[in-house]
Amino acid sequence: MTKVSITVDGVLHESEVEPRTLLVHYLREQVGKVGTVVGCDTSSCGACTILLDGRSAKSCSVLAIQADGSSVTTIEGLAGDEWHPVQAAFKECHGLQCGYCTPGMVLSAVDLLSENPNPSEAEIREGLEGNLCRCTGYHNIVKSVALAAETMKGGKK
Amino acid sequence: MTELAEHVAAIGRPLKRKEDARLLTGKTQWTDNIQLAGALHMAILRSPMGHAKITKLDVSGALKYPGVEAAYGAAELGDLNASVPCVWPVTDDMVAPDFPALAKGEVRHMGDCVALVLAGTAAQAADALEGIVVEYSALPAVINMDDAIKEGSPLVHSDKGTNKCYTYKLQPQGDGAYEAVKAKADIVVKRRFVNQRLIPAFMEPRAVVASPMGTSGELTIWSATQVPHVLRVLLALVTGVSENKLRVVAPDVGGGFGGKLQCYREEILCVALANKLGRPIKWTETRSEDMMATHHGRDQLQDIEIAATKDGKLLGLKVDLIANMGAYLQIITPGIPLLGMFMYPAIYKMDAYDFSCIGVFTNTTPTDAYRGAGRPESTYAIERIMDELANELGMEPMELRKKNWIKHEEFPYTTVAGLTYDSGNYEAATEKAMALFNYDELRKEQVKRRASGDKVQLGIGISTFTEMCGLAPSRTLGALKYVAGGWEHCTIRVLPTGKVELVTGTSPHGQGHETAWSQIASDTLGIPVDDIEVIHGDTRTSPYGMDTYGSRSLAVGGQAILRAGEKVVEKARLIAAHQLECSANDLEFDNGVFRVKGDPSKEKAIQAVAFEAFSAHDLPDGLEPTLQAESTVDPQDFSYPHGTHLCAMEVDTETGKSTIRSYVCVDDIGIQINPLIVEGQVHGGLAQGIAQALYEGAVYDSDGQLLTASFADYLVPSAPDLPSFVTDHTVTPSTTNPLGTKGVGEAGAIASTPAVINAIVDALRPYGVNDVPMPALPMTVWRTLNAARQGGK
Repeated sequence: MTKVSITVDGVLHESEVEPRTLLVHYLREQVGKVGTVVGCDTSSCGACTILLDGRSAKSCSVLAIQADGSSVTTIEGLAGDEWHPVQAAFKECHGLQCGYCTPGMVLSAVDLLSENPNPSEAEIREGLEGNLCRCTGYHNIVKSVALAAETMKGGKK
Repeated sequence: MTELAEHVAAIGRPLKRKEDARLLTGKTQWTDNIQLAGALHMAILRSPMGHAKITKLDVSGALKYPGVEAAYGAAELGDLNASVPCVWPVTDDMVAPDFPALAKGEVRHMGDCVALVLAGTAAQAADALEGIVVEYSALPAVINMDDAIKEGSPLVHSDKGTNKCYTYKLQPQGDGAYEAVKAKADIVVKRRFVNQRLIPAFMEPRAVVASPMGTSGELTIWSATQVPHVLRVLLALVTGVSENKLRVVAPDVGGGFGGKLQCYREEILCVALANKLGRPIKWTETRSEDMMATHHGRDQLQDIEIAATKDGKLLGLKVDLIANMGAYLQIITPGIPLLGMFMYPAIYKMDAYDFSCIGVFTNTTPTDAYRGAGRPESTYAIERIMDELANELGMEPMELRKKNWIKHEEFPYTTVAGLTYDSGNYEAATEKAMALFNYDELRKEQVKRRASGDKVQLGIGISTFTEMCGLAPSRTLGALKYVAGGWEHCTIRVLPTGKVELVTGTSPHGQGHETAWSQIASDTLGIPVDDIEVIHGDTRTSPYGMDTYGSRSLAVGGQAILRAGEKVVEKARLIAAHQLECSANDLEFDNGVFRVKGDPSKEKAIQAVAFEAFSAHDLPDGLEPTLQAESTVDPQDFSYPHGTHLCAMEVDTETGKSTIRSYVCVDDIGIQINPLIVEGQVHGGLAQGIAQALYEGAVYDSDGQLLTASFADYLVPSAPDLPSFVTDHTVTPSTTNPLGTKGVGEAGAIASTPAVINAIVDALRPYGVNDVPMPALPMTVWRTLNAARQGGK
């Protein structure tokens, strides 16, 4: 077992983990952050996406010990007093159906917009390439991200 | 009393979904989130072989691994090794092989369950699979359906002596016989279409938790299922656990598309073991397990023949299917092609129809329902061959359709397959779609690009489809030998504070029932949407239901909501009349308020009536306290959504890459309860139908190795692989249910596949291309084009 110190959604957790433990399993099983989910075993689907020190990462492809000393934001810690504009936009544009891909999709979109605050439709689609959704056909997800970009330009973030 | 908001009409409004708050903040309850003290985690050793004898199996080595409490093969499991049920024996002589949860001596597809381990954690259980000693002796596998029905083929089930599961025929004789009309035809076009195998690939992997720790000795099963009610009955039947001791819960469920319409072997194993050991048992599949052990969809060989006059009038249709069952039969495996059987004639008038289907076993994962279930296959075949017939007649493909479709004034219309379509307006939907698409302009551009020899050619694909939804009138299901009924249930309770509990037997897994059902009840009761809580997916709180599949939830379940709500209002009216000292007939009910006709100052809100029904101090003599009602509705008939889908495709003749330039669809699903949700359902369906045309296909090698057993190998499209869509609608209310609704869950998936392939074929027609196999990946298109250019095709 190896000791790790990881700040998750603003709270410092000091835990013993098996060296092989994936960050996603650490988050779900040891910290109880079950809002972050597992969708595949080939790093293909992006359902487990979190923000690792502010940048999006697939938490199935990071070992918990690699995140030692880092800060993780999950879907459960994204909102402050109000929802993040990306969350609000997904609701407004019906950018989710079953909701299983949604945590990863939202956090990938947050990172996408931090990198490119004014993306075109093609840039939104390319930026979300690592996140699979089986319900929406992506149409309303793209609209959601575009709306969030508009909202955030308005200084509402 | 609580402050009550005023009701505003809810049906037809694009309300934002109630479900989203928990889904957007991670406060969801997926089955895999459930952690129970003392639970044992199950890991399953699966066959790596397509077909083999198990010559040795020793699970004892697994017991030496840390945390392992038990390990089982079929021998150790004994009588607990129940069989997976099939509830649709389509013919009296159907071959139905035993499908034990753990294989008994022989594995018949890659992913077949061989042994299992129970341990303290999921990781420990997975580790301990390494300790199981298993040896296989390979048997010849049969994968290809044409091979499987030949004499001398290797047999999937040697004791059955055949790979044929059943032969089903629908062949009107006499004047209606196909051969008779074929003899009069000027033209007969025959094609074989391959409707390839697909994997549902819902995003939430399957998971089960079975706990014997219920409050009254009951066994609670949480499962990522779309059919908790059906599952409860089947688990009781196959495991022998008394039905009234089983509680099945479908918590938040992450997609299904038919793939979670099942009674899976893993569900059976968890229940049997939890019951035996008195411990909670938990199992969550990996995606790789999902790809090989969740049932697959489609996989039919379609030989289709259409006969017509030289001026394009259809005379008859002949369809000969070979449908892949896979290695075993699951819940409705054999019935899937029959759901398509009725729909091959589609929207067209003709004199004769001849259908036959051979179900065949192969060494592959069992097939079953996948979005559309039989109807995407039939729609693909008819809409493809309509284009082929148009080409051979030298007719514009839309003109051929217009010449033959049922005109709006001809409804109700009984088709040659025996269904009576109640309503529709194909002309209106098509006119709107063609205008949105700029059909005529695109045809002109196509002519120009053909003339100039542009290396990127433009193709236009049409699909004018219909489907049958609203599964289903129970008598019809009985006539088709399906074991269960097709009714739906709703209970509505107006609580003392005026808040409402709506208990539904439908089981949503992404469709937004919590919002849409609230809208229906809101307008019926005159109570605001936000005051209505929809309760679903738990057989303890919603004991009756037939669950969610086949675009049935609104078309059937909506009727039960409406009727239960009306019954509540009828009862409330009696109480209000009593207290306002008038006759019930003297009361008007509007926006949740009863008013005395001619004296509107005398009024009582339904919420106030609910409190009176609770306090019961002053009720009419003989009236029972509480304000609630239930309704179980068996639908009188199917509903028939339809629409016109148009796809403009740019095909690069040098690389074979097909790029959708625009996609327009106008669907007629009758009255819409929530247009926002409707649009989302159409989008998602389009994506899956387009994915069948362009990207997806489950591929086995000749030994039965599934070569597409992960998301790295099976191409579920991501955002850059799909376009934005133009969606619109016409509204022709269904006459088979009082809400006028039809169903929308499968429309996009059913209609879009032929539109896309027709577009690619249309682009390449000048080069002599008359068909493109699915999925039309660039390499496939390029090879097809190259072969045609060389005169090979």
